[in-house]
Amino acid sequence: MAASPHALSSRLLTGWAGGCVWYFERRTIQESPHKFMHLFRNANKRWITFQHFNFLKRMYVTQLNRSLNQQVKPKPEPLASPFLEKTSSGRAKPEIREMRPLSSPSVSLSRKPHERELMELESASIIEGSANVGKETKDDKQWKEMKLCVDDLPGILARLSKIKLTALVVSTTSAGFALAPGPFDWPCFLLTSVGTGLASCAANSINQFFEVPFDSNMNRTKNRPLVRGQISPLLAVSFATCCAVPGVALLTWGVNPLTGALGVFNIFLYTCCYTPLKRISIANTWVGAVVGAIPPVMGWTAATGSLDAGAFLLGGILYSWQFPHFNALSWGLREDYSRGGYCMMSVTHPALCRRVALRHCLALVALSAAAPVLDVTTWTFPVISLPINLYISYLGFRFYVDADRSSSRKLFFCSLWHLPLLLLLMLTCKRGCGTDGAAAS
Amino acid sequence: APAASGAEGRGGMASLRRGRRTFLPPLRRSFAGRGCQLAPDRGAKCRDAAPSRISRFCPPTTSCCDWIGPPDKYSNLRPVHFYIPENESPLEQKLRELRQDTQEWNQQFWANQNLTFSKEKEEFIHSTLKAKGLELRTESGQRATLNAEEMAAFYERFLSKNFQKHMCYNREWYKRNFAITFFMGKVALERIWNKLRPKQKKTCN
Repeated sequence: MAASPHALSSRLLTGWAGGCVWYFERRTIQESPHKFMHLFRNANKRWITFQHFNFLKRMYVTQLNRSLNQQVKPKPEPLASPFLEKTSSGRAKPEIREMRPLSSPSVSLSRKPHERELMELESASIIEGSANVGKETKDDKQWKEMKLCVDDLPGILARLSKIKLTALVVSTTSAGFALAPGPFDWPCFLLTSVGTGLASCAANSINQFFEVPFDSNMNRTKNRPLVRGQISPLLAVSFATCCAVPGVALLTWGVNPLTGALGVFNIFLYTCCYTPLKRISIANTWVGAVVGAIPPVMGWTAATGSLDAGAFLLGGILYSWQFPHFNALSWGLREDYSRGGYCMMSVTHPALCRRVALRHCLALVALSAAAPVLDVTTWTFPVISLPINLYISYLGFRFYVDADRSSSRKLFFCSLWHLPLLLLLMLTCKRGCGTDGAAAS
Repeated sequence: APAASGAEGRGGMASLRRGRRTFLPPLRRSFAGRGCQLAPDRGAKCRDAAPSRISRFCPPTTSCCDWIGPPDKYSNLRPVHFYIPENESPLEQKLRELRQDTQEWNQQFWANQNLTFSKEKEEFIHSTLKAKGLELRTESGQRATLNAEEMAAFYERFLSKNFQKHMCYNREWYKRNFAITFFMGKVALERIWNKLRPKQKKTCN
């Protein structure tokens, strides 16, 4: 049980990242109690489902109430930008559907449960949108001055850059850094994290800049700063530039040019390929999966300076994970995609959607087995990760066969704890740590 | 529908204005006709600046910013009431007019889109229920609905049908968004320049 400096650093990193997410989670809880109380008071929403998530340390506890409406707190997800991005911009959360009366063509966003819908397993509505309903309904009815208030600016910029998502992208980069061989270099690690964080902020801001009218029409995204006019498009673009330039500069000159190049490429891929492609072709899902796979690769190249097989393996794991995650989520959002003009597999090619999700669940099993072969982890890793990989594959299979909302939700929620747990197991089984009774490095 | 898609397909402000007349009248009727209740001078300015759709709102006379309202019931977009300063430069005027026009164009597109979606969805539900031989209302008097899998066919069809329309819209939206942001940048630079060179700035009473 040699406690090498690298092993110690990895452990500290695990603890830090876990603490980071714990902090974000607690902040969200602290900010939201009044929203939850409002929801409790609301007669239409009788049960609330909470999902607590700790990226590296704890598992989410999911309580699904099968017969009633459910809502889920927004969870920090350790997945790459596009899918949470898709969550935010491209797709509204699965909502409680209302039956609109024939006479009124209104597409009101506040909905009441319908009895028939109640009888079916109802989809969850992510709280970030619906929890804001109580607060926003009052604001919504008022006209507001479009004046930038400096006090609000940090909050506005945090929402513009999707700070929680950025934190999770940085976490996957950290995981890539920690899993790379070689001594753990703290300054390099910090520079990588900050640089990646800034690049992610820039990419998310540009994405929101492009998608204002689409975001307005989706429930979860309708409270974004640009949609609400809290910030001008010019300021959003300026902010994005002020994040991208130092971020990429940090990565290129503070870490290494390869990482910098990957950062630039990822920003480009996300803003100029993925975002427009969402409305053109279903290929956006694959592009988005690549966007999600690049941050851990960046972490790896920051530590080693080269694109090794291990980097591709990590990227591959993140890439494959995106599909069960996103495809399952998109299953419940078909109406909003259709209305908003988003080209998603769940709408245009439903069978393909489910097939791809299952295929990539199985790919995760194979990739986990490849980890020791490529010297990233010990052989303990595929063994101990097999239960969770088999479980997600089972849920993927159920989704493939049943093709209903209940199976899609189960698969989605499973993906939320599956990835952090998988990365945690990888970290603990890292080759060269000399821990956990693994083979000597 | 052909006129709408034609208007949006051609893009450009002139053709959109032609298209607007076809589609805005019903919306105008809903929103027009409410005069401003405030001071006459401000009221006059309100009528000049605001599109008729939001003419019912007038900001306080002391305000010199734009105002943004609640989401529109049909388009879900938030209307903006633009402030016209007395010493508005040509560039600022161009920016304001571009934003106003884009707002109208967006409003038309999304209101039309959402209404069409609702309408076609109802028609689909009707025809499917009829084909299944079911009543439109359940015994309890609630409207009958189809489950997600049955609706999937409709969603797929609606998306494919509107694909071209969305392509034209996307192109136009990106162009306008970039143009607005670019002009905002120019206006910001112009204002900074004016502040730095006060002697050359045109003074107003």
